[in-house]
Amino acid sequence: MGSPHPDGGSTLLVPETARPEAPNPKPRPTRAKERLADRVFRRLTAGSAAFILVILVAIALFLLDRALPAIYQDSTSFFTTRTWLPDSTPPVFGIAALTYGTLVTSVLAVLMAVPVAVGVALSVTSYVPRRAAQVVGYLVDLLAAIPSVVYGLWGLIFLVPAIGPLSKWLADYFGWIPIFTSQGIFGKSIFTASVVLAIMILPIIAAISREVFTQAPQSQKEAAYALGATKWEMIRTAVLPYARSGLISATVLGFGRAMGETIAVALVLSANYEINLHVLAPGGNTIAANIANTYGDAGKIGQGALIASGLVLFVITLIVNFGARAIVARNKDFRVGAA
Amino acid sequence: MTTVQASTDSFLLAASKRPLPRWSSIGIGAGTLLVSALLFVVTPLDGVADFLVFWAVAYVVAMTTVSVVVEGSRRARDRLASTLTAGALILALIPLVAVLAFTIARGLGRFDMTFFTHSMLSVADSDAGGGAYHAIVGTIEQVGIATLISVPLGLLVSIYLVEYARGRFGRLVSTFVDVMTGLPSIVAGLFVLALWVLILKQGYSGFAGSLALVILMVPVVVRTTEEMLRLVPDSLREASFALGIPRWRTIQAVILPTALPGITTGVMLAIARVSGETAPLLLTVFGSSAINVNPFSGPQEGLPLFVFNEAGLPNDTALARAWAGALTLIALVILLNVVARLLVRRSKLQPS
Repeated sequence: MGSPHPDGGSTLLVPETARPEAPNPKPRPTRAKERLADRVFRRLTAGSAAFILVILVAIALFLLDRALPAIYQDSTSFFTTRTWLPDSTPPVFGIAALTYGTLVTSVLAVLMAVPVAVGVALSVTSYVPRRAAQVVGYLVDLLAAIPSVVYGLWGLIFLVPAIGPLSKWLADYFGWIPIFTSQGIFGKSIFTASVVLAIMILPIIAAISREVFTQAPQSQKEAAYALGATKWEMIRTAVLPYARSGLISATVLGFGRAMGETIAVALVLSANYEINLHVLAPGGNTIAANIANTYGDAGKIGQGALIASGLVLFVITLIVNFGARAIVARNKDFRVGAA
Repeated sequence: MTTVQASTDSFLLAASKRPLPRWSSIGIGAGTLLVSALLFVVTPLDGVADFLVFWAVAYVVAMTTVSVVVEGSRRARDRLASTLTAGALILALIPLVAVLAFTIARGLGRFDMTFFTHSMLSVADSDAGGGAYHAIVGTIEQVGIATLISVPLGLLVSIYLVEYARGRFGRLVSTFVDVMTGLPSIVAGLFVLALWVLILKQGYSGFAGSLALVILMVPVVVRTTEEMLRLVPDSLREASFALGIPRWRTIQAVILPTALPGITTGVMLAIARVSGETAPLLLTVFGSSAINVNPFSGPQEGLPLFVFNEAGLPNDTALARAWAGALTLIALVILLNVVARLLVRRSKLQPS
């Protein structure tokens, strides 16, 4: 979703860092003295902008305010414990298993989604005829618009049974790789959750990649063709190097989305608090899904504990997003050189 | 001399090697289809999905081999790339078709008048009746209030970013909007829970849900509006200033109306996005089986929440309600998307 593009694409999702050039400042009237109405209006807009900062700082502060007392009550280490019994006496809870599940499902989802999404973006920008590309653009955007609870419902009813044979096949033929070992029960596994997540983040990654690919300089493409390059060689030499930092951004944004996704995961995972290397085995949990699944029964410390886990999720997404910005900023010189 | 000659030869697309005719891909497709079908009849290989995967792999291998032999490796690589990207496209559309088809097929069962006119009050999980009236009312109110707050706020922020911002504060705000875009929706819900429900002790309500939705909606509105405002030609601004029109009037009477269709589209897409949000509602609106038309007091239901709760129940009747709810939600979201797209067609400003 986002601001609509003539060929059905969207630009909204492209983080500022992934956009090619900083827009020029807009013209302003040349008056020595600002009118009163102008000053009021300017302050109003600046105040609204400041309010955005206030909201984010408030999110961090109030989550901390609720989380810290609960963490103090914890009778074990909050970061290494694998149990979630915050309302027992004494309270025992920790986010080790939840963080592990969050990271593993998201990494797997990104590994599955990125190649497909980049393929979609390439085929829409370079291979498919323009009219068909428009239609496909609409369809992929539609995929992004479907609410996560619908994906969750579909995943629970359709994908969980359907993925059994695939999981079994993976276990039968690739069981010698430790992560694919299984006891013979398949279905509500980390793997299933990753597939649902991959489907959900695919359109976002595809939309950003498409945006980045269309912005590759035309002159470079034509130069590659003029040197006798095939289409693929043109893409490799003129489009992909230019798009590198944008693709990193897209991947990280998808990763962030996958980590924060709640409802779909809550529906397709059969929750437990194990750290299980075997991604095909039932069980596993993520921070977000755990909040959705246990919030209804949580007591006072339980609520604090869930807020604490949410704070951890918030911090992880912050680190990931700023990491991506740093990578993109470092690649910027390279991209300007290529443009 | 000869070595240079040789390397140039291998690099150029050899003129003697003619490219494969256009029908070759159809021919090889049909050929591999035949071979895979034969294999599936003769050997114990089985299953529709297995067959399709087998055929696809066979096609790629055969096509690439033929291409390497006939056209040379450079054209073969090009062909492989185009086959694989087309494959990615098909692979990406499978879940879309599957989700839509499945939801329509299952959802139509309970997509009836009872569903839209009744609540779940004193309807047992295993009862066949019951509906989502209370959830639809809740969603309309929650999303409506969220829109009323987010749109003005988002507009002002984006006007600041485009028309006024200079230097560090502008960059800081822009960064924070990006951070907000990446904020997990459940964290927005937790924040409202911590501040509004637990610290200010306002209790669960539709309005608390709206506040959580505002946090998710504002960055979307800011980003789309910003995009549209930047597209308004500078000549319009300059012309207006040259006529001595004050800046705030220029923004309000010249810039905003020019960008309006695009902004409307962005707002509708933002509405579509938050209408399906479940996680924050779970923590702030809490859910209820009765009709509560007052968004400012007491738990409410929301359509996504309704689907989530019904989906978690073991009864087939509850599941049928969940699918009908999902269908309603998808219909709403698609409708918003289509109208938004039609609106942008009429806009004079088009992103370059």
